[in-house]
Amino acid sequence: MSEPARRTELRPPTHRYDSRVVAWWRTQWVVITAVVVVPLVILAALIPAARFWLLLPAVVVTIIGGAAAIALPLWWFRFHRWEVTDRAVYTRTGYFWQNWRIAPMSRIQTVDTTRGPIQRLFGLSTVKVTTASSAGAVAIEGLAEADADRVAHELALITDATPGDAT
Amino acid sequence: MTDTVDGERADQRSAAPEPATPEWERLDHRTVLVTVLILIGVAVLAGVPTTVGLTAWRGIGFALAWVLPGAFLMIAVLAGADELRWRRTRYRVSSDTVELHRGILFLSRRRLARARIRAVDTSAHPVMRVFGLTRLTIGTGEQGGGGTDTETIVLEPVTRETGERLRGLLLNRDSSSGTDTNADDTERLATWRLAWVRYAPLSIATVIFVGAIVGVPFQVADWFGRGGLPVEVVRALIERHGVWPVIALGIPVIVIAAGIASAALNLEAWWSYRLDREPGGTLRVRRGLLTSRSLTLDEQRVRGIDLIEPLGVRLVGAARVQVVATGLSTEAEQKSELSTLLPAAPRPLALEVAERVCGEAPSVPLAGHPVAARGRRLRWALITVAVLVAGWALLAGLTGWTTWWSITVGVLVALTTAALVARALDSYRNLGHALTERHLVTRHGSIRRSTVLLRRDGIIGWQVRQSVFQRRKGLATLIATTAAGKGRYAVTDADAGRALELAAEAVPDLIEPFLAASSDSGR
Repeated sequence: MSEPARRTELRPPTHRYDSRVVAWWRTQWVVITAVVVVPLVILAALIPAARFWLLLPAVVVTIIGGAAAIALPLWWFRFHRWEVTDRAVYTRTGYFWQNWRIAPMSRIQTVDTTRGPIQRLFGLSTVKVTTASSAGAVAIEGLAEADADRVAHELALITDATPGDAT
Repeated sequence: MTDTVDGERADQRSAAPEPATPEWERLDHRTVLVTVLILIGVAVLAGVPTTVGLTAWRGIGFALAWVLPGAFLMIAVLAGADELRWRRTRYRVSSDTVELHRGILFLSRRRLARARIRAVDTSAHPVMRVFGLTRLTIGTGEQGGGGTDTETIVLEPVTRETGERLRGLLLNRDSSSGTDTNADDTERLATWRLAWVRYAPLSIATVIFVGAIVGVPFQVADWFGRGGLPVEVVRALIERHGVWPVIALGIPVIVIAAGIASAALNLEAWWSYRLDREPGGTLRVRRGLLTSRSLTLDEQRVRGIDLIEPLGVRLVGAARVQVVATGLSTEAEQKSELSTLLPAAPRPLALEVAERVCGEAPSVPLAGHPVAARGRRLRWALITVAVLVAGWALLAGLTGWTTWWSITVGVLVALTTAALVARALDSYRNLGHALTERHLVTRHGSIRRSTVLLRRDGIIGWQVRQSVFQRRKGLATLIATTAAGKGRYAVTDADAGRALELAAEAVPDLIEPFLAASSDSGR
């Protein structure tokens, strides 16, 4: 198929996410599924006539959501990686659609740390790095809070030291 | 001469304790006149139908008794508001700032540092042009956090001469040679030719106009409460002349009308278009028939060009050039207004202009992409056809199958398949990339073929995307992120290894630390 010659590839980033991220992703999926299913079930209980047509999509969504909640977080945890070198931020995300992102230190404009309500329950944070390009943002989810603060702090130091307006 | 002594004394008076800041200036007072004229036009346009309607209802006396005072009141109030605006607006150009004070209820003061001003644009609609006025927009050319609002100062109206003088002053250009600065080192890059209008009907504007021509009668009929009127008219025509003559005559008439409309629009927008490179390092586009416009682009913000060839335009050998630059407003209208450097014009000229703007020719030979990319596109085309056939079959099944249906569906399916397959093949053929000394070149598209030259030093990040299907075929999409233009430009469906090598070569030392050479073909 392909020649036995050397092929260039991207090596995976070195760090994995914190293991609690699996539980967080699972919770997110459950919430999303519930938001769709619960109204359908309530309506089905209230409207006997349309019960079948309401319960059928509810069951389908539950099955799909349940399967996603079980499988996807595991795949994502195995595949998502992140790395911060002294020159760039490098992440790999996705499973079916894989995405590698590289943002050089010299072009980083802002460093944000955010915590959603569910994230806080698991002690996780997201570090998001933006560049001058609207499409150039790189996010690292699933970092333990202490790690996230440390990484954000390091990034801020390095980017502060780099001159220019990063365009 | 006679007033030498007075003149000297006057000079001394003004020379001695000269204030460092110059005087406040006002906008041109004729703005009220312009407003009144426009309002009269509006009143006539709105008043005549209203009068007609009211006359039919209660008689002409009644109609005029309502319409005339109403129009007069509206004109008086709005003209009065404009007069108030004129009184409250002042601007001042000092040695290092430009200031604008304005506001009727809420006073607003805006100050712009002259060192940051890199764009001075003018725009003048026909009524303003009659009086020699123009609207001046002074900007830093940067995209502020909340849009361009805080970064621009708009002076509406000033006289044309004031506009040119301020432009020369603020852009550090000597405008004493007059408004048409072609005597000094201004480099003319392109000049409009009337023949270019023939490309306008071939663009997407025609399709939009067809939609408008069909849709507007329905909308207007709806306003008068007879929403079904166009359908009734068409039906009556069909009954008198038969289906086929109506279709055979009606469709070409609509299309030709749409073509004329888009040609007229193009003519108005690009009449007397000129593209100049000015000594201060800016590109200037001047154009317009009814509304004359002048748009400035600082070359420091330019990161490349985009040679765009929509299908119709491409078939006749033309192309248009857009610039890839930082800080252009993301509002759709402004983006296309400012970022188009050259409208649809013969391709050799487009290539030449592109080369003179970005320094390298877009006609470099491009490396093709693997055959697997073609397979991908063909699969999508066939899937689309299958979905359409299923839809039609469902529709026919629901409404009853007839011979007429089968023939029509058969013909449509054949045509659509041919078109989609041709598009898939063309789309594959247009894929390509290259690396020149200073630019990354990538091309894609079929209905709208776009060749982007992106400055390598303008690339500020990479993204590599690979779907399940791409992984199986060894393809990947490499995306270069940049502060300019769309923010991301993609090399689509290239060989995965080559794409990474391209990235490594284009921007040294960015992606290289993360690359590894593998000698096996495994994932």
